[in-house]
Amino acid sequence: MKKFISILFYLTLPLSFISVSKAGGHMEAEVIHWWTSGGEQAAITKFAEAWEDMGNTWIDTAITGGENARGTTVNRIIGGNPPTAAQFNISKQFVDLVEQGQLQSLEEVASAEGWRDFIYPKALIETCEFEGEFYCVPVNIHSSQWMWINKEVFAKAGVPEPNTIQEFINVAPAIQDAGFIPLALGGQPWQESLMFDVVLSSTLGRDYSRQVYGDKDVSAFRDGRYELALQTFRDLNKFVDEGAPGRLWNDATAMVVEGKAAVQIMGDWARGEFAVAGKVAKEDYNCVIPGEEKYVGLGGDVFVFPKSSDPKVKEVQLKMASMMVNPTVQAKFNNAKGSLPMRLDVDTAAADACMKMGLELIKNPDALLKDSDDYNSPAFVNAWDDVLTEFRNDSGYSVADAMDDLENVLTSGL
Amino acid sequence: MFFKRNLGAKIALLPMIIISLTVFVGCIIYSFVYSLTNSKLIPVFNYVGFDQYERLFKTRKWDVAVENIFIYGIVFTIGCLVIGFLLAVLIDQKIRAESLFRTIFLYPYAMSFVVTGLVWKWVLNPTFGIEHSMHLWGFTWFELDWLVNRDLAIYAVCIAAVWQGAGFVMVLMLAGLRGIDEDIWKSLSIEGIPKWKSYIFVILPMIRPMVITSLVLIAAGVVKVYDLILALTSGGPGYSTTTPAMYVMENFFSRANLGQAFAASIIMFISVVCILAPWAYYEFYFRNREAKV
Repeated sequence: MKKFISILFYLTLPLSFISVSKAGGHMEAEVIHWWTSGGEQAAITKFAEAWEDMGNTWIDTAITGGENARGTTVNRIIGGNPPTAAQFNISKQFVDLVEQGQLQSLEEVASAEGWRDFIYPKALIETCEFEGEFYCVPVNIHSSQWMWINKEVFAKAGVPEPNTIQEFINVAPAIQDAGFIPLALGGQPWQESLMFDVVLSSTLGRDYSRQVYGDKDVSAFRDGRYELALQTFRDLNKFVDEGAPGRLWNDATAMVVEGKAAVQIMGDWARGEFAVAGKVAKEDYNCVIPGEEKYVGLGGDVFVFPKSSDPKVKEVQLKMASMMVNPTVQAKFNNAKGSLPMRLDVDTAAADACMKMGLELIKNPDALLKDSDDYNSPAFVNAWDDVLTEFRNDSGYSVADAMDDLENVLTSGL
Repeated sequence: MFFKRNLGAKIALLPMIIISLTVFVGCIIYSFVYSLTNSKLIPVFNYVGFDQYERLFKTRKWDVAVENIFIYGIVFTIGCLVIGFLLAVLIDQKIRAESLFRTIFLYPYAMSFVVTGLVWKWVLNPTFGIEHSMHLWGFTWFELDWLVNRDLAIYAVCIAAVWQGAGFVMVLMLAGLRGIDEDIWKSLSIEGIPKWKSYIFVILPMIRPMVITSLVLIAAGVVKVYDLILALTSGGPGYSTTTPAMYVMENFFSRANLGQAFAASIIMFISVVCILAPWAYYEFYFRNREAKV
């Protein structure tokens, strides 16, 4: 009899676990992301902490480099072992996943919480919405239209700080004569194309940018203005030192921080490097959005939630999505990251002078700029960048040839 | 009759045969089939004919990549064989501290390509490498800007690769040289043949197996070169040092352009077959016949 009872006990033991796990509501979530640098790690930890405060487990799968992380996510989705959540950029990177039905729709929680009312700017909704349903959670906004200026270098060279690209080109020879490198550039394709896009949007404006990248309007592309931008891009080349090829963006930022170089054109993430070096915005360094009219682009990050056959996973995913847009969590996360939040009702008291500029600009819908990767596939954007990087590095590559090659990409249907 | 001969060996090889057929041949067929589609981030069967190949051959970057792999292949193979052989001959002169030099020359081979790439990236960088040091020492006319000069960058890659590979060839050749009978050297010196002539016309043909082995090992390294270039130049300046393998990887991952990546890898496969087939035919068919006769 005793033996029988013990057998019964062992048989029912697993059942007790099942009931306990149901009662506890404890959830486990694996998140793939590429936030590995100091400031980035601090930011993702805010998400993890908020998630764990809710009594859940956060499994952190950090993979260096956006390409690698996204590659891993896609491979695991195809392989049938998807993570709970995965990071992508605000772009067309994950459109295929939605179209193939690989992502969990977040519509339930989005309509219940009224995401469409509070997500700002509204363009973010367009990024995430497919056929009337939400498929991603925007978590932050980064803009790339910034010129970072070392004030001391300009003072030493005795020239005024520039407000436009043309003003910079005018004063750059004087900086060069004073023994400084006028323009710090990392010669990697994405950095070169970022710089070119700033030249384009600051001199030709937002509508032109939309006509070329959005509407793929060949006549607008061919009306002479794009050539002008390419020529300006080439003019800037004179002010870059020869060590640029292959340099990382933060090494280029360091040149400005240390006072070796005068200016870097880079996204707002460069702010973090100045902050780490103990420099104060508007005192040691200045941040300028070049151009008569100021635009900020809508870069940034989203999280997507791959579909799973397990209904419990969906529950976890919806809960995590809701946690990520929570205003308190948003405030903590974005202050650590140095990025702008995706809603306006977030406490941004900790923002510095440069970040405040961005916050002001983003409130004006006319200042919002869509980048090429908001309109186009990664294949298109990269093929475009190929031409630009080759154009910058090969002085024998004429503007006319570059225009022909760019038109090929424009009409390729990529 | 055919099956019964060496039956045991055939059974033992069966798993390998199955793996080769399913994994290698299967994947090649899979790649080819999907290279006829416009798959983007995930493979989708959406037939577009040979569009991907057409686009591939219109892409300037692919031309540069193909040109680079030829330059790299030729310079790297010849560089390694010539320098490796010379080092082996020099070490073969019964020099003092032979094992020390052998270690020094072989040491680079023990490093990963990523380390080699980073080391040479710093050495050749004009803003803080050799050029910078020379300028600080007062030789301001000195110029070594290969790595940032788009016409010469691929040769900088070759230098780094030869630096790593030559020691390995040296060891193989040295083993061959040590296997040469003393009597041959004696008879060569009795005939009064100069040493350099003996090495080139007598000894080199005698160590042919070593030369072939080195050649095969080096050539295999040429096709798969990827990490070295990634660490050294990341394909830059511009895309002047990109290679077919990098083109494929890029399209697989960052560009989410699977169809294009499959098309490029099929072209890579076909070119390797085109180069290997005549050689394999010669090695396995003609030499077998020679042996039988």
